[in-house]
Amino acid sequence: MISGLIQRLEKIVGSRFVSGAAEELYLYSMDPGTMPQAYPDAVALPKTVEEVAQIVRLAGELKVPVVPMGAGLVLSGLTRALRGGIILDMKRMNRIIAVNPMSRYAVVEGGASQGMLQAFLKKHHPSLKHSMPDAPPIATMAGNMCIHGSGHLSLLGGSHSDMLTGMEVVLPTGEIIRTGSCSVSPDWFGRSPLPDLSGLFLGWAGTTGIVTKLGIKLFPNYAFNDMLIFVCEDADAMPDVISRLTGVQVAEDMTPWMTPKPDWAKGFLHINIAFGAHSKKELTFKRNLLQASVRHYIDQKTAGFLPLPPTQKGRFLKVPSPDLARFADLRRGGGFEYVGAMMAIEHFPEAYRAGLAIAEKFQVSYSLGARIIGAGHAMMFFFAYAFNRADDDDVRRASLALEATNEAAINMGGIPWKAEMPVQRQIIERMDPETFALMGRIRSVLDPNGIMNPGNWEK
Amino acid sequence: MEHEEILHRCFRCGYCKLPGNYVDINCPSYLAFRFETYAPGGRMWLLRAWLDGKVAAGPRFADILFSCVACGNCVAHCAFPEFKDRLLLAFTAGKEAFLDEGVAPPMVRDLLTKIQNHGNAYGKPGKQRSGWAEGADIPLFSDQEYAFFADDVTAYDPRGQEIARSVARLLQLAGVNFGVLSGDFRSDGNDVRSLGETALFEDLAAHNIKEMNRLGVQKILTLSPHSLNAMKNDYPGLGGKQQVFHYTQALAFAMKNLKFKTDLPEIRVAFHDPCYLGRHNTDYESARMILRAVPGMKLVEMDRNRKNALCCGGGGGNFFTDLLSGGDDTPARVRVREAVASGALVLAVACPICAVMLEDAVKVENLEKTLRVCELSEIVMERIGF
Repeated sequence: MISGLIQRLEKIVGSRFVSGAAEELYLYSMDPGTMPQAYPDAVALPKTVEEVAQIVRLAGELKVPVVPMGAGLVLSGLTRALRGGIILDMKRMNRIIAVNPMSRYAVVEGGASQGMLQAFLKKHHPSLKHSMPDAPPIATMAGNMCIHGSGHLSLLGGSHSDMLTGMEVVLPTGEIIRTGSCSVSPDWFGRSPLPDLSGLFLGWAGTTGIVTKLGIKLFPNYAFNDMLIFVCEDADAMPDVISRLTGVQVAEDMTPWMTPKPDWAKGFLHINIAFGAHSKKELTFKRNLLQASVRHYIDQKTAGFLPLPPTQKGRFLKVPSPDLARFADLRRGGGFEYVGAMMAIEHFPEAYRAGLAIAEKFQVSYSLGARIIGAGHAMMFFFAYAFNRADDDDVRRASLALEATNEAAINMGGIPWKAEMPVQRQIIERMDPETFALMGRIRSVLDPNGIMNPGNWEK
Repeated sequence: MEHEEILHRCFRCGYCKLPGNYVDINCPSYLAFRFETYAPGGRMWLLRAWLDGKVAAGPRFADILFSCVACGNCVAHCAFPEFKDRLLLAFTAGKEAFLDEGVAPPMVRDLLTKIQNHGNAYGKPGKQRSGWAEGADIPLFSDQEYAFFADDVTAYDPRGQEIARSVARLLQLAGVNFGVLSGDFRSDGNDVRSLGETALFEDLAAHNIKEMNRLGVQKILTLSPHSLNAMKNDYPGLGGKQQVFHYTQALAFAMKNLKFKTDLPEIRVAFHDPCYLGRHNTDYESARMILRAVPGMKLVEMDRNRKNALCCGGGGGNFFTDLLSGGDDTPARVRVREAVASGALVLAVACPICAVMLEDAVKVENLEKTLRVCELSEIVMERIGF
C-alpha cells in the first residue's frame, strides 16, 4: 500500500467513494473471465472530470498506476491492476448530457451505460436509437467504444468506434483535451475534417488516457422491425451467403451463429438478419430484397429461411438479449469467456472448423458465431466457452481452449479483439516492428510517468 | 451456509442493478455506494470468497451484506431463471451466518436485541400496540370480518400512528368491517427474518399466531406491506391459518361507498409501489384502483414503477439501522427527485416505512414546496373533505 494514497484520494472524491478495504480490493482484482487476479491498492469512484484529472495528477506524482474501468465486463482482464495502483470505477459519471436529434448524435459521460441511453432515447427521442452491443445493459458506452466494440447496428454503421463523433479525455499528465468537432465547435457532430486524435484512445486498453465524455452517432428507430434467419449446413458457402446478404444493404445487423444446443440447432449454420422500416410496405420490400439475394441457394434446396413464430421472433429482436448472459450458466458455474477475433469474411469456414476442433479437443461447452461489421467489410468471429467457476479443472480447460483459439485466430490472419495481456504479446510478435515502435513513442509522450494501465500493450 | 451452491453461478452481468427498462440504477445499496461490492453480484462473489477463506468476515463486509434492503429488484431482473428466486435467500443466509459469527453491524445487533427483549423495535410495552386507536372512535377487534394488525412503525412511531388513524377512519367511512387487534402482539418479524435472525422471527411469528388463534381471527388487514408479507407468506409455514390482506386490497373494492367533493382542483399524484406489496406480493393495482376512483386525482407514473419501482431504502431493517444514509444518492432522495421529475405534486405511499423515509428525503432535498408525501388514505380523505 502506498503511504497516504487513500487519504489523498479521499480529499478528491470524498471518503464514501474511496476504498482500500479487502472486500473491494478482492472484487476489483478480477473480472468474470479466466484471467488471474491482480490486486489494486485502491478503488476510487470519481464524479467529475476535474476529480479524474486530480486523481491522475496525484498518481503521476506518486508514480502509481491508474486503471480506468467501466462495467468491468470485458472478460479478458483489461481492467485488472496488473501492477497495482488505483482502479477508477467510472460509473458515477453516468449522465446523458445532450441529444441532437437533427444531426443524430448523443453526448454522454464516460460511465454512462448502454441501457441508460437506450431508456433515455425511448422516452425522449423515440425516433432514435443507438447501437447496443450484446453486452448486458449496465456495460458502459465509453468502455465498449474504447475496445472497438460492435453491436446491433454494426452492419449499418461499422464498429462502435466508427460511430464515435468525439471525446473528452483526461491525459495521463492530467490535462483535459477534446477530440473531434467538439474541440473547435460547440457541436459534437463528427471527427472530420480535423486530424483524428480519437484514435489515440481507441483500442489502447486504457493506456493512453481516460475518456470522460463521448459523442456517439444515433440512427433512425424504425416503427416496423423484422428478422429473418437463414440456415444452411455448408460452412464453405457462408462467405458467399454473407456477401450476397450484405450486398443488398438493407439490414441493420447480421449475426451468424452455430451452437450444439438446443438440439434443433446442432450442425446447422444460422444467420440472424435484422432489418427495419418506416412502413410495412418498405419492410416487405426489404425482406424481398434479402430473400432474393440468396435465391440461388434456396432454388438448389441447399439452404433456406427458418420459419419463425412471432413470439420467437420477438425474442430474437430483443436488444440487449439476456439469453447471451445466460450462456454463463450453461455449466451451472457462472462463467464464460470468448475469443472475438476480427477477421476477413472469407475465413469464416476456417474459423468455424477451428472452433469445433478446439471445443472437441478440450471438451468445453461452446457457442460459435460472428457479427458482420460494416457492409460485409469484416467480421468479429467469436468462440465462446462456458465454464464452471467452482471447478478448477473446468476453468483450466476453458483457459487452454481460449489460448488455442487465440493462436488459431492469429494464424488464420485474424486479430483477437480486446485481447488479454498475454494475447496482446502474441499480436505484438506479428505486428510490424515500426508500428509497435511508434505505439511506444506515442505512449511515452502521452504518459511520461508510465502510470496508465501498465502491463498492457507491452512486450 | 444455506444456498451456497448458487453463489458461484452468478456471472455478475449486472442486470440485477437495473430496473427492467434500464432507466437508472435500481439496487438501493449499489445506488447509495456505487462499489461493485454493494451490488447483488458483488455480495454473491464475496460470500463465495468468504466461504473459501479468501476474504475475512469484518465490519466492512458486514456493512455490505446488511445494507441489502431485500427490495427484490435483483430477483425481479436477474438474467438467470434457474437460481434468481434464491438470491435474497442466499443473502439472508449470509446475514444469518454473520450473526452467528458475531460480526453483524452494531446497529443490527442493537435492533435485534431490542426486538428480542421487548417484542418490538421501539422498546415499548407490547400492550401499547393499539394505543394509537384510543380516543379516536376506532373499534377494537371483537367479531368483525377483519382484524387490523399494527406493525411496529404504525404502532409506535408518531407519524405511523397518524397514518394508522387516517387509514382506520377511511376504512370506516368505506364500510369495511374491521377491529383493531389489541392483544399482546409483537413485531410481525418480517425485517427480523430478512436480517437473518430466523429463530427470533419464528418466536415472534409463533407468538402472534397463537394470539390471533386465541382471539378467533380469520382475516387480517395490515397497514404495512412488511406485515402482509410475513403473515401471508411465512406465517402459514409456522401454523398461521388466517387470510391476510393489505388494507388497500379491502379498500379498493369499497371505494364505491365513499362520497367525494367535486369542487377541488385536479391534482397530479404518483404512486410509489412498496416493495412488499409490489415485487414481493405482485399487487400493483389495488392502490392504483383507489387513486383512479377519486375524482380530480390524476395518476401519473414515475419512470420506475410496479416491478421496476425503486425502493425507499427502508426495508431489511434499514429503516432502523440506517446503513444507507449519508450520501446524495440514498434511494429515498433519488426517489423523491424522480417523483418531482414525473410532474407529480403528491407522492402517494401505502407503507408507513416508505412514508417516513420519503418525507425525510423531501426535507433533505428541500422539496417541501414542490412535493408532498402522503399516505394513500390521507390524500383520499382530503378529497372526501377531511
